[in-house]
Amino acid sequence: MSEIGAFLLEKTVVGSVMFGVTLGVVAYATLGERKLSGFFQDRHGPNRAGPWGLFQPIADGVKFFTKEEFIPDRANKALFVIAPTFTFMAAGFLIAVIPFGDRIVVNGREILLQIADVNIGILYILAISSLGVYGVITGGWASNNKYSLMGGLRSSSQMISYEIAMGLAVVALLIDHGTLSLRQIVLNQTGPIWQWSVFTHPLGFIIFYVSAFAEAARIPFDLPEAENELVGGYHTEYSAMKFGLFQFGEYTHMTLASGLIATLYFGGWSIPWLTAPAEPTVWWGLLTFAVFWIKTFFFMFVFIWVRWTLPRFRYDQLMGLGWKKLIPLAVLNILAMAAILIATGGAGME
Amino acid sequence: MLRQVIDRAIVEETPEREYYDLNLGPSHPAMHGILENRVKLDGERIVDCESHIGYCHRSFEKLAEHYSYNQVLTITDRMNYVSAMANNIGWTLAAEKLLGIEVPKRVQYVRVIMLELNRIIDHLVRVGILGVDSGAYTGFLYFFEQRERSYKIIEKLTGARLTTTFGRVGGLDRPLYPEFKEDIYEWIGPLRKVLKEFHTMLTRNRIFIERLRDVSPMNAERALEWGYTGPMLRAAGVEYDLRKHEPYSSYEDFDFEIPLGGTGDAYDRYMVCMEEMEQSIRIIEQAVENLPEGPHHADVPEVYLPEKKDVYSNMEAMIYHFKIIMHGICPPAGEVYQAIEAPNGELGFYCVSDGGPNPYRLHFRSPCLYYYQSIEELLRGGLIADAIMTISSINVIAGELER
Repeated sequence: MSEIGAFLLEKTVVGSVMFGVTLGVVAYATLGERKLSGFFQDRHGPNRAGPWGLFQPIADGVKFFTKEEFIPDRANKALFVIAPTFTFMAAGFLIAVIPFGDRIVVNGREILLQIADVNIGILYILAISSLGVYGVITGGWASNNKYSLMGGLRSSSQMISYEIAMGLAVVALLIDHGTLSLRQIVLNQTGPIWQWSVFTHPLGFIIFYVSAFAEAARIPFDLPEAENELVGGYHTEYSAMKFGLFQFGEYTHMTLASGLIATLYFGGWSIPWLTAPAEPTVWWGLLTFAVFWIKTFFFMFVFIWVRWTLPRFRYDQLMGLGWKKLIPLAVLNILAMAAILIATGGAGME
Repeated sequence: MLRQVIDRAIVEETPEREYYDLNLGPSHPAMHGILENRVKLDGERIVDCESHIGYCHRSFEKLAEHYSYNQVLTITDRMNYVSAMANNIGWTLAAEKLLGIEVPKRVQYVRVIMLELNRIIDHLVRVGILGVDSGAYTGFLYFFEQRERSYKIIEKLTGARLTTTFGRVGGLDRPLYPEFKEDIYEWIGPLRKVLKEFHTMLTRNRIFIERLRDVSPMNAERALEWGYTGPMLRAAGVEYDLRKHEPYSSYEDFDFEIPLGGTGDAYDRYMVCMEEMEQSIRIIEQAVENLPEGPHHADVPEVYLPEKKDVYSNMEAMIYHFKIIMHGICPPAGEVYQAIEAPNGELGFYCVSDGGPNPYRLHFRSPCLYYYQSIEELLRGGLIADAIMTISSINVIAGELER
């Protein structure tokens, strides 16, 4: 097989597996959310479709596709249809750079368990995840509904504010690691458990985590769709699969945000004290793959746990937290990190 | 407060600005019942508000003029549907006052128990909804489980869950069921636990406090001017509780405290309600402990229907049965006002009798109406999110508001 052909085959297989697994996880995240909320609230959650409600996501999918597609009379039809796909695509593109596992060697060919190990991975993530807000604000505006518009506006200002805090938190991380490649960041964290960035960047981690909640628009930051205030927020007028795509996009965002937290701060696919074998087999690949997902599941669980525990912020409090607390803290974090690195002449300074 | 004053000043200085009109309700997830508030928005700040009521008006007061005194009970079920029995008890007390009937101690104690039980289930919803509207859904379901357990007791006692039609003029409609005391004791234990759990979840939660603090504050003076009663007035720091000041149904026998707030903001209302539930549990415990034995109705044969088996065997009972069914209960001509401390305030019944079997004129003083009158003042200057918290914290029940 020619080199190009092998490359294409490798990327096709890896890409479809990663994409498929992630979307499967996302679909089951909806079930997980409902089951866990049931657990937190002393009730059963879905338990009719299949054993333990396991076919619920499939039933939901069928329902979304067969429901009536309603478009409000005065809506801007083109934008109304495009908006949910935009949100979903923006979330889906993130899959490309997440390192799901270590490299493996098959028949002497080195294969990365990552769709693309681009050297600007973090920049790519920050850029693409910001695009998601366009879907939300377009949908909010195109619905021609006052509540939707307010939801869209809230969402745009919220995402822009927390994007900054998130970016600044990552900057401190980059100063330390000296690379934008996600795979390299994971490799830097292998070894003993205190190599994890969460121990070297506790403040940055907190800022990043809070911002990730805000980015994913989940309680306590779910103001764009605060159902008690704005009915359904930006997706008030959406129904059927268009609504489904918004939901799917939201859960994809949550899943990938959890994956990103695991990657940046908790060693990604690496296992503490365990170094990769010189000739990594498929089993090693599967192990790292599983470790990545276990870490990700934990953060998804926290996302869900928080949602069913905390109340939500008020709009001005949310902005206050973002601009008056998180951003100054993040700047402080960068300065402190830079100072420490200069003082110790640490890594990433070359 | 200061923030709101400044914002209001800014708004007043620039009258030519254009505002965004938004209909909060009548169909909106947080307008409990069908309340309509047309708000003028400057960004998210409410500049002006126009409130409309009447979507749930069922003309109960007029309807009652064609009902006999016991039939009016069925109307009162449908007034405050969150605590239906409180309305029932209030009306029977009013009718008994008109007729000059003194009911036995046992009946009075049972009424106290059920009133307090209804206060608890009302506050469970009220406080739980406050959590829901602020985004914390879970506590609400914890409370609903307790509410469900209370409904089991209510169902056992009256045969219905919502439309209880509890009691009759002159006593209770039937004797207590045998294991009533045990049921109440069994109910209190987990309830206390859940209350504590809710406190841990929300009372000291920073986000929750910040959502409620300084939201729609109402000082004591202004609250009195608006005619506030109940928890809303107590949250503003005025010690006014009909159970203490005009005791009815033997409330003077019980030892309890009146929780008071300070600023009358949404957080004070929340805290007052949480504390009132504790006090209600205390009252229930005392009442169950000291529940006297005795008949379940007063000895007023011309008002209270005789037992069915007596009707067939006893001449006198049959005559009274005939009289009550055919002619109704005819109180002496006159007028009476009886108010009770219902879960959300002073629930008053003003009844005029012309000596006939139906009330000549009936007026229900529903506490909600007095709170809701001030809604425009409460909402103005706040954010939309504040408006939602305000409306759920004042506990407006549309069925009672509009009757």
